Amino acid sequence: MIVRKIGENIISPLGFSVAENFAAVMDGRSALQHYDHLWGLPFPCFVSLLPDDILDKAFTQEVDQACLPKKPCTRFEKITLLSATKALQSTSLDPSSPRVMFILSSTKGNVSLLADAHPDIERVTPVHTAQLLARYFGNPNMPIVVSNACISGLCAQIEAYRCLQSGQFDAAVVVGADVLSPFIVSGFQSLKALSDEQCHPFSSVRKGLNLGEAAATVVYAVGDDNAEGWQMLAGAMANDANHISGPSRTGEGSYRALMSVLQSAALTVEDLACLNVHGTSTLYNDEMEAVAIHRAGLAGVPVNALKGYYGHTLGAAGILETLLTMHAVEQGVVPATRGYEENGVTMTLSLSSSSVKISKTAFVKLLSGFGGCNAAAAFTNDACRR
Amino acid sequence: MKYKVLHTVKLCPSHLEVDGNRIAEAGGETSFLTDLYRRLGLDYPKFFKMDILSKVGFLASEFLLEQEGGERFVPRDDRAVLLFNRYSSMHADQTFQETIAHPEDFYPKPSVFVYTLPNIVTGEIAIRNKYHGESNFILLPEYSEQAMDQAIERAFLAPGTSSLLTGWLEALSEKEFEASCSLITVH
Repeated sequence: MIVRKIGENIISPLGFSVAENFAAVMDGRSALQHYDHLWGLPFPCFVSLLPDDILDKAFTQEVDQACLPKKPCTRFEKITLLSATKALQSTSLDPSSPRVMFILSSTKGNVSLLADAHPDIERVTPVHTAQLLARYFGNPNMPIVVSNACISGLCAQIEAYRCLQSGQFDAAVVVGADVLSPFIVSGFQSLKALSDEQCHPFSSVRKGLNLGEAAATVVYAVGDDNAEGWQMLAGAMANDANHISGPSRTGEGSYRALMSVLQSAALTVEDLACLNVHGTSTLYNDEMEAVAIHRAGLAGVPVNALKGYYGHTLGAAGILETLLTMHAVEQGVVPATRGYEENGVTMTLSLSSSSVKISKTAFVKLLSGFGGCNAAAAFTNDACRR
Repeated sequence: MKYKVLHTVKLCPSHLEVDGNRIAEAGGETSFLTDLYRRLGLDYPKFFKMDILSKVGFLASEFLLEQEGGERFVPRDDRAVLLFNRYSSMHADQTFQETIAHPEDFYPKPSVFVYTLPNIVTGEIAIRNKYHGESNFILLPEYSEQAMDQAIERAFLAPGTSSLLTGWLEALSEKEFEASCSLITVH
């Protein structure tokens, strides 16, 4: 069975469509910037934020306010609804069909509401937003939320793939979203994971990650053999079984996920246009990924990371980065790894601070996260292949 | 989908059931969760660093695996860990929020923050048992056998997965928790 992409969207500070975002990336633009005391926090940070006025304007224009509950939506709800709406606009899919499944990928949902004097606990939970989303589109199925730390966006796509493979559903709307708040920023700061400067993936000068806000949606449907476009070939997850907040030195889970996905998708190193990795720019993540990629025999494949444009967009990352890589491969290019300087990992990868021309049509997306989880997925574009 | 349930564990604030038999009752001075840890005779100090969700999930997994018997702690990738709940890591979230709520007493603790993700408990179980298989946490709007069965069917589509440690795991506080977990295999 073929699982085909039939709809897509990215909402980020760099644009409100995948095309706008891809153009921004190719121009080398980023919304990451320095804040001395964002929201009054007692430390500086370097993050990418979506301005309220721009979000509100698009949200009011695109999302039918009459179909929403009376209480005003939170930023997280707005970004989620807006991205799904725009992704579905470009398809002929009827989202109210019982054959369609809604899957939300988020790490922290409306967690910022916990700062309220009397927090609405029900609304804090990401499932509340998933239900809002499904109801907005009149979908009768119980939506699910994949909350598997930083790999959620890939896990959600893997769930979608299997929803279709198993025949449970004919289409899946996969929305990934997270917004930043003092909760998330001070948490990552407490782990000493943040850099207060531009992040430098895989570089010797790297000293931590940047956080960013985004929502991204991909719609998958059962496709026929002759249709053109992107298809998801396989997805795999594996655990390091090593540490809850530090990656394995041997890249165990990422290595296993990569090997599994290459085997399931029947791809070899020669088939791959590129490998789009996590590349958070923390000391340990980037080193771990380099080890895993070498162990998997993929050291010769062009590698890139997009965190230098967006920061780490948490629950959106797996979808946002997959969609941008699809557009890049379609254009025959691997975008520059923004922020990449002199190599700083022990096993060298094929990274570049400028874009690289390619001609192949398949790629692998790799992510890892807290809890020792890792995920990889493979995609290919038939249209390019012909 | 047809699968075989090997063992089940139900853990709530009042008692513990293994394979349908009540084997422990809450009571006494100490916490029920600590009592159960002692009953298992474990020497695993990491347990005391865990948040409530992880403690409840860890204990449920230990009773399941004790029941299963056989060789443990040998690296394997054929067993996946797939857990469900509604409230995610709410207790850890509320605890962490307390550490940042007051500017005059701003002290975010990394040891608390790391538990503000529901899937950390799947990692704790994977680490303890050297499970390199899939680990995943899915949030559902309510306890739903149908939604869980569908997710279980999907989990078994992974080429290397032959058994699952799975179930509902909710822990809102030391006094409000529920684990209804099982070890299952493809029939």
